[in-house]
Amino acid sequence: MSIITLNNRAVRSVTTFGSVSSGSMVFIKKLTASSDSSLSFVNGSSDVVLDSTYKEYLFTFNNMHPSAADEMFEFNGSDDTSSHSYNITKTTTIFVAHQSEGGGDTAIQYQAGDDIAQGTGFQDLQAYGQQDTDNDSSISGTLHLFNPSSTTFVKHFMASSNCMVDNNYTVNTFTAGYFNTTAAITAMRFQYGTGNIDAGDICLYGIL
Amino acid sequence: MSIVTYNNRSIANISAIGAAKALTHIKTVTASGDSTISFVDGSSDVVLDSTYPIYLLKYINVHPASDSQHLNVNFRDGGSSYDATKTTSYFEAEHGEDGSGAAVNYVTASDLAQGTGVQKIAPNVGGDADQSCSGELFLFNPSSTTFVKHFIIRTNTVRSDNITFDTHVAGYCNVTAAIDAIQFSFGSGNIDAGTFKLYGLKDS
Repeated sequence: MSIITLNNRAVRSVTTFGSVSSGSMVFIKKLTASSDSSLSFVNGSSDVVLDSTYKEYLFTFNNMHPSAADEMFEFNGSDDTSSHSYNITKTTTIFVAHQSEGGGDTAIQYQAGDDIAQGTGFQDLQAYGQQDTDNDSSISGTLHLFNPSSTTFVKHFMASSNCMVDNNYTVNTFTAGYFNTTAAITAMRFQYGTGNIDAGDICLYGIL
Repeated sequence: MSIVTYNNRSIANISAIGAAKALTHIKTVTASGDSTISFVDGSSDVVLDSTYPIYLLKYINVHPASDSQHLNVNFRDGGSSYDATKTTSYFEAEHGEDGSGAAVNYVTASDLAQGTGVQKIAPNVGGDADQSCSGELFLFNPSSTTFVKHFIIRTNTVRSDNITFDTHVAGYCNVTAAIDAIQFSFGSGNIDAGTFKLYGLKDS
């Protein structure tokens, strides 16, 4: 077996592994709620990357639990570079499939009251009932954000979630739309309509 | 200056940087005339515990031994039985190869309301040699002993009568016990072929 000798600068000076795959999905940041009013991912802050590094970003939200009853989990974006305001104009669709634990009220339906037409408010990630504060109640799901750094196109997003809502329903919610701006999206915020996020994790990934 | 020595396998054999991989492959199981395919935490190198907050299962070209069988899934919440209580929703879009039946429908008969039986995830999968179903299942935080366990499933199927079905199933295991195993099966007969993959999503 041949022996390769290196001085101690050889390895520590390596800056890239050119042929080494790190996988096509890269973990960026995890935020854990503990009675927070909101959770925000801001490009360039706290190790968050939300720029042209990736063409697609994926947020996962896992067992989000509100501190107050009858709340809706929601999100918005920001195009500011500092002092972020979360008020991007957006047009969205939202539809749900649902059923009660009692076996009734089953349907797939569009939720006209929960979509947005060129509005700047927060977009619900759940519909057809609000989340309650039962200890075992939560919402989990994913949100894809495409090409947030584009200054040419609108910014598309697609989300899917499942939520245990009040009166013990399962609700599978599909939300999609676009931030109708050609400014880059520089931050994303998640929150409940009122009250705090009692618990839950949100992770941000970049998709190569 | 100190000298560091390596044999020529130490760097040349690096194929991945583990910590950077967010989607980690855990296990692939290939069906071949099996009555069920199961992923059991702690068995056959399967990890299905608090190691990952989210698990992703992919099932690819799953083909029944008998024609027109539903592909089903169930979850284990302790003990040896796959019987976790579930409440689910189920809807599907369909379109026939002859252009017929283009529609989206909620299917009441295919959901579960606090049921413990299997959950259908693909309808009447065809037994022709080229027919199968493929899809993915997200399972959130199965090790939680506080929350219900949400899952979101999407499958595309070639039904036995040559209709494509885009099936969406979601719901939760309405238990606070940890989910430690998942099992796939057809309504009747064996799983003739198919690839089942389990991944974990890292959160650090």
